[in-house]
Amino acid sequence: MNVLVYLVPLALLLGLGGLFAFLWSLKSGQYDDLDGAAVRVLSDDDLPDSARPASSAAPERHHS
Amino acid sequence: MSEAIDYSIFVGTSEDGLAQMSLAIDGIDCAACIGEIENGVKALPGVVRARLNYSTHRLTVAWSEGTSPDRVVGQLEALGYRAHPFAGRAEESEARHARWLLRCLGVAGFAAMNIMLLSVSVWSGNVTDITPETRDFFHWISALIALPAAAYAGQPFFQSAVRAIRSGRLNMDVPITIGVTLALGMSVLETAMSQPHAYFDSAIMLLFFLLAGRYLDHEARRRTRATAGNIAALRGEMAHRIGADGVPVLVPVQALQPGDTILIHPGERVAADGVVASGLSAVDESLVTGETLPRALKAGDHVYAGSLNGEGALHLTVTAGGENTLVDDVQRLLDGALAEKGAYVRLADRVARLYAPMVHLTALVSAIGWLLAGSGLHDAVMIAVAVLIITCPCALALAVPAVQVTATGRLFRAGMLINAGDMLERLAAVDTVVFDKTGTLTLPEPALALPSGADPDLVALAGRLALSSRHPLAGVIAARAKGPALEHVTEVSGQGIEAIIEGRRARLGSLSFCEAVAPADLPADASLIAFRHGEKVLVMGVAQALRPDACEVVAELKARGLDVRILSGDRPAAVAPVAVALGIAQAEAGLKPADKIAALDALKAEGRRVLMVGDGLNDAPALAAAAVSLSPATGAAVTQAHADAVFLGRRLWPVLAAVDGARTAARLMRQNLAIAVGYNIIAVPLAIAGFVTPLVAALAMSGSSILVTVNALRAARPGRKEEAVGDDSATGEAGALTEVAA
Repeated sequence: MNVLVYLVPLALLLGLGGLFAFLWSLKSGQYDDLDGAAVRVLSDDDLPDSARPASSAAPERHHS
Repeated sequence: MSEAIDYSIFVGTSEDGLAQMSLAIDGIDCAACIGEIENGVKALPGVVRARLNYSTHRLTVAWSEGTSPDRVVGQLEALGYRAHPFAGRAEESEARHARWLLRCLGVAGFAAMNIMLLSVSVWSGNVTDITPETRDFFHWISALIALPAAAYAGQPFFQSAVRAIRSGRLNMDVPITIGVTLALGMSVLETAMSQPHAYFDSAIMLLFFLLAGRYLDHEARRRTRATAGNIAALRGEMAHRIGADGVPVLVPVQALQPGDTILIHPGERVAADGVVASGLSAVDESLVTGETLPRALKAGDHVYAGSLNGEGALHLTVTAGGENTLVDDVQRLLDGALAEKGAYVRLADRVARLYAPMVHLTALVSAIGWLLAGSGLHDAVMIAVAVLIITCPCALALAVPAVQVTATGRLFRAGMLINAGDMLERLAAVDTVVFDKTGTLTLPEPALALPSGADPDLVALAGRLALSSRHPLAGVIAARAKGPALEHVTEVSGQGIEAIIEGRRARLGSLSFCEAVAPADLPADASLIAFRHGEKVLVMGVAQALRPDACEVVAELKARGLDVRILSGDRPAAVAPVAVALGIAQAEAGLKPADKIAALDALKAEGRRVLMVGDGLNDAPALAAAAVSLSPATGAAVTQAHADAVFLGRRLWPVLAAVDGARTAARLMRQNLAIAVGYNIIAVPLAIAGFVTPLVAALAMSGSSILVTVNALRAARPGRKEEAVGDDSATGEAGALTEVAA
């Protein structure tokens, strides 16, 4: 039974860790733009210019 | 245009001391737009941050120096996006509220998981060999987690309950607060007395479920508001304010002060209420009064915001709202209508009024009953608490919001942006639909009516010539142009314009100017425009056109048993043909705002519940007086503010979708309430009989909550027929944004 004395607090600490991670992610605005987060991962803006595909989206497409 | 634009009232200061501005952006249609916009704006000198929110289509830009707001807007335009600065104070506080709810939800979720972990051990231990010491240890740890978590995550309910009681009402949050507090208090006592049952898990799980419902409800509404806010911002209402040096500067309408002088170009919409200082023109006030014939103006006349200026330039002295008669009139009627409307009591609150006293009485009666039956005080109180916990309105409080979230989302996709939370309930009960004519049944902008057998090439040529005209009606013809504007166009004042095309003289303008005669097959109320190219003559009409699906929608509304009527501010001659075309028998014309309210009051006196659909400033009081109100996104700003929902696009179909969606939603709400009540009918006798342990309470509570949530999801599923109609209007939203631009 003595095992509970430190395992239960340990479980709680892990849970609290998760809670604080959530609160931090909330505070840093990670839930403000859920649709954007899903598509931003596809953009290659972290590559140097030389490694990008030659043609990016053509702005002309938007002249409506 | 080389005129300077002054956006300074939209610029704020960011946390790190930079100038900052938010913009609503139109034209975002794919993920690649994000990088294009952000990098494009960051390329401007001095811009430190540019972050696009892809969900709300808003861009936040922060800069140190070297950039002005109009350069940011110009850069976005060069990239192919329409943008307009945006000031959303109300939305900021809503975003803060959403984040707070999410924080509460996170805390409740953490607590629920950990307490459930301990509770499951206790439940399984209670039937096997758990020692009382271990059980008490688990209960104390549960208490340690539950009490602070409930104190934090329960705030939304506690605050609302306190507010309700202070104002002498009862809402669903009152029994929730009492239930949670009693369950926690009793559990602490039980733990202190080393008893086997504690209800920490039930109390926290209840908060978790309810917070999830509340957060989703809030988010659904916030999303539709953000879209409506974008549309309002992208209308980009600007005015040419004449500065002290006599040079006009383009400023946002919000920056105008009474006493400012503004310049209204021919064909421009009047940006603010005012008095004509100089200039002669005629204005089309169809957005204000519904009247489609222009009104002539001279110095000293009042003009209302939203009117469309005719051929002459005007100088206007801006007046405050109180100085001008029509707006005054509308405001007075509005105040009256709003005061008379009375608060609609939501279904959930009506249930709560019955439910809360009944539940608390049942708990009290069962405690007294057990005492009389000879059981101890402790057992009797435990049973009363078990009754309170089992009846704590988890399913009942989820029943309505869960349906609202799914139904709001579905109507959002249909192009209907819901403004008021209880709108669906009110709409479902409607039995009469009253339409305004101009801009509601008809399209907001006039359309070209051609005589039968018109030569398309000749129309296209007339369109190219019309590109050079600033006459308000020319835009309609110019839309048919195939090719660029013509060169060497001369304007004959008050007559029309003229140019040489392919060696022959071409004229566009009045009938006499083009030596033409009016054909018989044009609509009676159309304004006629003639075009002559050499020997070829074409006479075109510009008239209000019905929305493309108006006939079908009116027929469908009638098929659903609704009484459809027209109340219009326009002339009887203009209203009658529309009523005939749509098959509407009761159509009244020439109504002033007060007449519209009187007509609605007469309908109310007959016991009817009225849905009012209107767009004009003159409709605003009527919208406020009706049981439910809808307005097209092209309507006047005041009108939209008083509408329960705003619909997008050129079609009337969203009105029908809203009626159907509301009826489905109301049916599901009633079903859900029935499920919740049915659950109580089974569970309460068990609790009174003393069979309810914490395990049973947890199972019953989550079971009924999941049941109502799953049932609510059915509101998101459109019927087969509707889906077919919905598909071809999928572009409605994008279409509406372009339409607003026009």
